[in-house]
Amino acid sequence: MANLSLKGVGKTYGGAQQAAVTGIDLDIADGEFIVLVGPSGCGKSSLLRMIAGLETISTGEVAIGGRVVNRLDPAERDIAMVFQNYALYPHMSVRDNMAYGLKNRRTPKAEIAQRVEEAARMLELGPYLDRKPRALSGGQRQRVAMGRAIVRQPAAFLFDEPLSNLDARLRVTMRMEIRRLQKRLGTTSVYVTHDQLEAMTLADRLVVLNGGRIEQIGAPLEVYRRPASTFVASFIGAPAMSLVDAQIENGQLLLERYLLAHVGNAPGPVTLGLRAEELRIGPAGIPMRVEHVEELGAQRIVHGMIGAQRLSVADGSGAPLSETVLVSVDPARLNLFDTATGRRSELRLTAAQAPLPV
Amino acid sequence: MQKIKPFDHLVLILGSLFLCLPVVLALMSSTHGAVDIHSNGLYLTPGTEGWETYKKVLTHRGGFTGDVTGLLMLGNSLVMGLGFAVGKIVLSMMAAYALVYFRFRFATILFWMIFFTLLLPLEVRIMPSYQVMADLHLLNTYTGLILPLLASATGTFFFRQFFRSVPDELLEAARIDGAGPVKFFLDVLVPLSRTMMAAIFIIMFIYGWNQYLWPLLMTTDESFYTLMRGIKSILQVWVGSQIPDYNEAFALAVLAMIPPVAVVVIFQRMFIKGLTESDK
Repeated sequence: MANLSLKGVGKTYGGAQQAAVTGIDLDIADGEFIVLVGPSGCGKSSLLRMIAGLETISTGEVAIGGRVVNRLDPAERDIAMVFQNYALYPHMSVRDNMAYGLKNRRTPKAEIAQRVEEAARMLELGPYLDRKPRALSGGQRQRVAMGRAIVRQPAAFLFDEPLSNLDARLRVTMRMEIRRLQKRLGTTSVYVTHDQLEAMTLADRLVVLNGGRIEQIGAPLEVYRRPASTFVASFIGAPAMSLVDAQIENGQLLLERYLLAHVGNAPGPVTLGLRAEELRIGPAGIPMRVEHVEELGAQRIVHGMIGAQRLSVADGSGAPLSETVLVSVDPARLNLFDTATGRRSELRLTAAQAPLPV
Repeated sequence: MQKIKPFDHLVLILGSLFLCLPVVLALMSSTHGAVDIHSNGLYLTPGTEGWETYKKVLTHRGGFTGDVTGLLMLGNSLVMGLGFAVGKIVLSMMAAYALVYFRFRFATILFWMIFFTLLLPLEVRIMPSYQVMADLHLLNTYTGLILPLLASATGTFFFRQFFRSVPDELLEAARIDGAGPVKFFLDVLVPLSRTMMAAIFIIMFIYGWNQYLWPLLMTTDESFYTLMRGIKSILQVWVGSQIPDYNEAFALAVLAMIPPVAVVVIFQRMFIKGLTESDK
C-alpha cells in the first residue's frame, strides 16, 4: 500500500523521432483507483509498463511509496501486474501460478499456502487450485491472474487491459469484481483500458491520454460533464458527445442561425459540445431532421441533422417520431470549446436570460 | 473425409510390406547359420540357431585385442546416442535462449551464421575437426566422440522458433514475480519445451546412434567401437575361402535397431505433439 507519483515522465523508443509519452505528471493517493484511458497508441500502456519497470523511463521520475524506482527491476518495485492475455504459466497448476512470485521471494511455505488459500477463497477459485490454466475458462484465468497479484500483497496493482479478452457479459461482472476487490483490499491501482465505459465505472479518477499527453485528469463524472477538450468530449461517453460548429455574434450563441443562449464570450466561431441526454425532444426548439434511430430498450438514440450539423439525442419517451423533431437544451449544460485549439472555454451566460424558446 | 475404399487398404498393405520386409529378412536370417545363408540366400522363416548367434554376438570377444564384445559396442553406441541427444538439446536450448531473450549486438547475424552451417555437412569440416581434437588429445575418448558434433543448427533453429512463439507477457510476468534469467529459463521455458525436447531427442539420438564416419576417424582403440563399426568389421573378414558371419552381422543389425525403435515408441506421442502443437 503506497502512493505513486510520476514527475515529468516521458518515453522515446529507440529510433523513433517522436516521443510516445511526454511530460506526465500524476500523483496517485494511497488506495486510489486510477484508470488510464485513451485510444490505441496514446501511450497508456507504455506509461503503465514504465511504472511496472518493463520499459525503461526516458525522462522524468517514478516513485512508489516515496521511493524513486526508475532504476529498479520490476521485482524490486513491489508491484503486481495483471496482463490482457493473463500470462499464466501454462505448465503450473493454479496454486503454483499464484505461489510462484512468493516462492521466488523466499516466503515461508506455510505463509504461501495460507495466502494462496485466502486469495482462492476471495476469488472463488478453491475448486480449481490443482487445475492447469488450460482447463479453465477465460474468466477463471483472469481471476487466477488477479489471485497471483493479490497474494503478493504489493504496494500497487497494475492492470493492462485485463478484460479485453473476455466476452461482453463476463466483462461486466469481472469489472464489478475488480472494483469490489480493490475497495476491499484498499490497494493503490492503475488500470489501463481503451474502453471508456470500463474507465467510467471503475475509476476514482480518470486520466485521459491522447498522443502521449494527458488531456484531462478528474473524477469520472467531472470528466463526463466538463470535458477539458473536444478530444475528451468525443472519447468519453456513449453515444459520443455531439460536437457542432456554432457562432457567437453580438452576445448571441447561434447554431445554424438559431439562437441558443445569450453569452458574454468573445464573438467568433466556437465548437459546441452537446450530451445526448441533455438534449430534449419537445414541443418547442430547433428543428432537427431525423436520420436514423437506435433502439436501446430503455431509451433510444435519435441521430439527425440541424442544417449541416450532426447531432445525437437520447429520448426516453418512446413516442412516435416525425421526420423532423424539435430539440431543445438547457443553456447551462452547454460545453463550449475553442474551435482552433479544441480546449474548453467557459461559457459565460449573461443575465438577460429570458427563458428562451430553445 | 473421403470414404476408405479397399484399394486404399491394398496400397497401405503393400507399402508396409515393402517397408517391413527387409527387417523381417534380417531378423529371420539372423537365426540361421552363416553357411546356410551363404548357400541358400536370405530366409523368411525362423531358423534354429538364433539363441546361440545372439549370445555369441553379445558376448564373444572379438577384434585384434580380443576384448570387443557386442555388449560393449552396444554400450558405446548408447553413449554416443544419448550424449548426442542430451548434449545437443542442452546446447541448442541455451543458444536459442540467448538469441531470443538477450538483446546483444549482432544477434541476428550470429543466428544466420549458425543457420548457414546447416548447409555444411560434417564431411566438409571433418579434417579440421579431427585436427582440433587431435591437438586437444581427445582422440579415443568419449568427449572427443561427442563434443565436436554437439553444436546443432537444427536444434538451435527449432528452439529459437519455439521461444519466439512464447508470449512476451510470460517473461514479463516472471520478471515481476522475481524470476531472474536463469530461473525463468529453468522454471518456465524448460517445462514448456518438454514436447520440443522430446522431438529433438528422437532426431538427435538416432543421428548419434547412426554415426559411422566420425567414430571411425576419432577412435582407433577398439574399446570405443560402436555397433555400426562392429557390423562392418564382421563383413570385412573376407579372407581366402572364409565365409563372413552373415548371421552375426544380421544379429548385430537387429540389435542396432532396437534402441532407436524403443526411443521412437516411448517418445512418439510427445514427438508428434512437439512437431504439431505447442503446450501454451
